[in-house]
Amino acid sequence: MELFYQSAYEVSRLLARKEIGAEELTRAVLDRIEGVEGQVKAFVTLTPEAALEQARAIDAARVRGDDLGPLAGIPMALKDNLCTEGVRTTCSSKMLENWVPPYDAFVVKKLKEAGAVLLGKLNMDEFAMGSSTENSRFFPTRNPWDLERVPGGSSGGPAAAVAAGEAFYSLGSDTGGSIRQPASFCGVVGMKPTYGRVSRSGLVAFASSLDQIGPFAREVTDCALVLQAIAGHDPADSTSGDLPVPDYLGALQADIKGIKVGVPKEYFVEGIEPEVANLVRWAIDRLADLGAICEEISLPHTEYALPAYYLVATAEASSNLARYDGVAYGFRLPGKDLVDMYVKTRSEGFGPEVKRRIMLGTYALSSGYYDAYYLKALKVRTLIRRDFEEAFQRYDILATPTSPTVAFRLGERITDPLAMYLSDLFTCPVNMAGLPAISIPCGFSQGLPVGLQLIAKPFAEETLLRVAYTFEQATASSRRWPQLGVVA
Amino acid sequence: MEYEAVIGLEVHVELKTESKAFCSCTTAFGGEPNTHVCPVCLGLPGVLPVINRRMVEFGLRTALALNCTIAPMCKFDRKNYYYPDLPKNYQISQYDMPLARNGYLEIEVDGEKKRIGITRVHMEEDAGKLIHVEGPNGDYSLVDYNRAGVPLLEIVSEPDLRSPEEARAYMEKLKAILEYIDVSDCKMQEGSLRCDANVSVRPKGATSFGTKTEVKNMNSFRALQRALSYEIQRQIELLEKGERVVQETRAWDEDKQVTYTMRSKEEAHDYRYFPEPDLVPLAIDQEWIEKVRAGLPELPDARRERLVRQYGLPEYDAGIITGSRALADYFERAVALFPDAKQVSNWLMGDFLRLLNAQGLEPNQAPVTPENLAELLKLQEEGVISIKIAKQVFEEMFATGKGAREIVQAKGLVQISDVAELTPIVERVLASHPKVVEDYRNGKEKALGFLVGQVMKETKGKANPSLVNKLLKERL
Ligand SMILES: [Zn+2]
Repeated sequence: MELFYQSAYEVSRLLARKEIGAEELTRAVLDRIEGVEGQVKAFVTLTPEAALEQARAIDAARVRGDDLGPLAGIPMALKDNLCTEGVRTTCSSKMLENWVPPYDAFVVKKLKEAGAVLLGKLNMDEFAMGSSTENSRFFPTRNPWDLERVPGGSSGGPAAAVAAGEAFYSLGSDTGGSIRQPASFCGVVGMKPTYGRVSRSGLVAFASSLDQIGPFAREVTDCALVLQAIAGHDPADSTSGDLPVPDYLGALQADIKGIKVGVPKEYFVEGIEPEVANLVRWAIDRLADLGAICEEISLPHTEYALPAYYLVATAEASSNLARYDGVAYGFRLPGKDLVDMYVKTRSEGFGPEVKRRIMLGTYALSSGYYDAYYLKALKVRTLIRRDFEEAFQRYDILATPTSPTVAFRLGERITDPLAMYLSDLFTCPVNMAGLPAISIPCGFSQGLPVGLQLIAKPFAEETLLRVAYTFEQATASSRRWPQLGVVA
Repeated sequence: MEYEAVIGLEVHVELKTESKAFCSCTTAFGGEPNTHVCPVCLGLPGVLPVINRRMVEFGLRTALALNCTIAPMCKFDRKNYYYPDLPKNYQISQYDMPLARNGYLEIEVDGEKKRIGITRVHMEEDAGKLIHVEGPNGDYSLVDYNRAGVPLLEIVSEPDLRSPEEARAYMEKLKAILEYIDVSDCKMQEGSLRCDANVSVRPKGATSFGTKTEVKNMNSFRALQRALSYEIQRQIELLEKGERVVQETRAWDEDKQVTYTMRSKEEAHDYRYFPEPDLVPLAIDQEWIEKVRAGLPELPDARRERLVRQYGLPEYDAGIITGSRALADYFERAVALFPDAKQVSNWLMGDFLRLLNAQGLEPNQAPVTPENLAELLKLQEEGVISIKIAKQVFEEMFATGKGAREIVQAKGLVQISDVAELTPIVERVLASHPKVVEDYRNGKEKALGFLVGQVMKETKGKANPSLVNKLLKERL
């Protein structure tokens, strides 16, 4: 297999044995990027010089005999809503097109400490609002499996880059499915950790009570490695959990005998592509073959999750995005007075989907509507959380499809927001309940990847990783990567 | 018809914690614009607030001093509105679950005591400051975020106040308490103590409320009292004319001494409050509350009672002395050295406060220390100087910061109590005013005072007045 499609775990061993240097490895990935980026368009900003410099520093450290962790010298990339000191962080928005943060996000600090080599910043739906990455103000990213299709969203760039061999792993953010859905569309592993497992400090907020940072990788092992590096308490994020971080790599045993898997029937409803449903059912049967006890269950409030999610998320977003007003930083269009400047700046600085959500959220919080919309959504949120709590009294894990469909065509849903919002149907309940979940590839429908979503109890990422790993090991023979014509 | 006013006050107090409410920037007043800032208080993308425990502690101290019930669990909310002094275009505040509720404080107006209810006490962050500039190519505004994120307490009273005098007494009492518990500088001019008033009027004896207006921009106790008087009169006149009061926000114009419309009810903000998702609810356990309670100093009312009990001060004096913690501290330090408490309080309430106010100083900034005042009073008591000279010396002490003895000696102000020195002067005065002597002998008692005055004049006030009296009487 080509070097750029090796797992991070594997190249980490090559690096440790000095069979390859970090600079050589980085050059190999940069070459790959040069070859395929014109088709995939995953990156908003590339920082090849800085990457090579970091790689050389790691090589020097290894020669010195420094104690280096498993991620040292491995090239990776970040969704462009994670603040990077000295490297512009745009959220794929005109509003922050030239904004350079003076600080690193907590996770970026952690990865830098681990010796990671940053290749650049990845495309996304503007301010993480969308399910196809078509809402980027710069350009859409393509699905490496079919360049006419979307990579999913909002973390389309991070998913596509990993699938295309343009990075060994990446970080994205997941507010209603923004890691898992693109992971599913691009045939990679994507994990949304428990709300509070990873600090949100330095993640540009979309909906603060739902946002969570997580890894994209080509293998479950790599996902565990990255989670290990970024998880943990951060005093700067009051919502991050003050809990010890378990040994995630150690949790990867290929053994799920006796694990109880609940299969919520509400996730196999009308509207789901039959072949997607079949593949997921097939995957669940494999889990049973491997010794898991799989039973159908009910999460009765599932159908209310999506509308409630869109109320909570847009309400928080309307407030979080209020700061982009042209006053102190970011994009500004001058006006004849203050209000005129506000209006011009925000009308031009934000794209249509962001404006739509700000309006929805402002409306949901307005006096006279608050009780009927926002407050009711919070009540639904409690019911959804309770559904899950009850299920987890009897089951270790829940298994569902990640997305009702495979990757759709570019332009197919962009003019129909409601159809687009349906992409989050199976993923957003997890955010509403703050649970950890992972999407892993479970086969192909019409040549496009399909994802299996596994959901666990709060802070039970180990269970998720173990089940995912067992499934991955059992189905490894069918693994493949997209064939991209390399442009010479 | 006779009307009565119904007034409730909303007070904002800047807390003097070392660092800001949700970041570690300094709260120091002044400083070059935008130097006391960081990504958090600038509201840059991706940053998160972290609750300053000292702010909560100061809030608890205040709530306990105001006899409030502390909520076992409170939370922060976002108050959303656009203004360039607000970096995030929302303010982190507390809406439906404030830190504390249901307190009171006691005021006294015209000898009558009255308990004023405190509805709630909550924590929030301050905004920055806008500076408007007139430029050659048009006007523009600059913004200074040094103040953005400084912790504030909002203290809301019940509509229990019935006159501008009561409102002023409430503010003075509140300020005294806040100073005693050392949570704020309480400087109305600098904005560390701000006050808005809700005002309505109704026929005396009515139980329902009239339409209220909110009055803002009152930057001193005097402004508060005047603005309320004006607004109450304005509302009464409207009602008398058969018109109605419009619910609106009005501002006090200090120059014109009037209130004017700032914004109507229709323009009122919809703040779209919702729970701050970046902070978790704050649990306040009994242990913490008790620890703060144990650390509370003696409060103004208790101290006032003690001064009456311990020093035999009249209620009135004790009230004025304890109106400011610094003044009461000053008093007790002076009394420790010069135990005639009434004498000390007379000096403090008289020349001391007069000179302080004239220079706009606080008692702890007075150039005359309690030790110096005690020394002066001792000199007077020992008969070294007369009361008249003492007042003169005090002015000098206030102006120069020098000690009493030093001034008395340097200026030769020591009282003349030597019979041999005074006798010739007394005789000279008697000889040159035969008419007055005659009057006195004919029973005109007042004439003696004139003669004493003449001797004092001759001695430039240094003669011992009782000795002069004695010497004169012996010869009359
Ligand atoms: Zn700060």
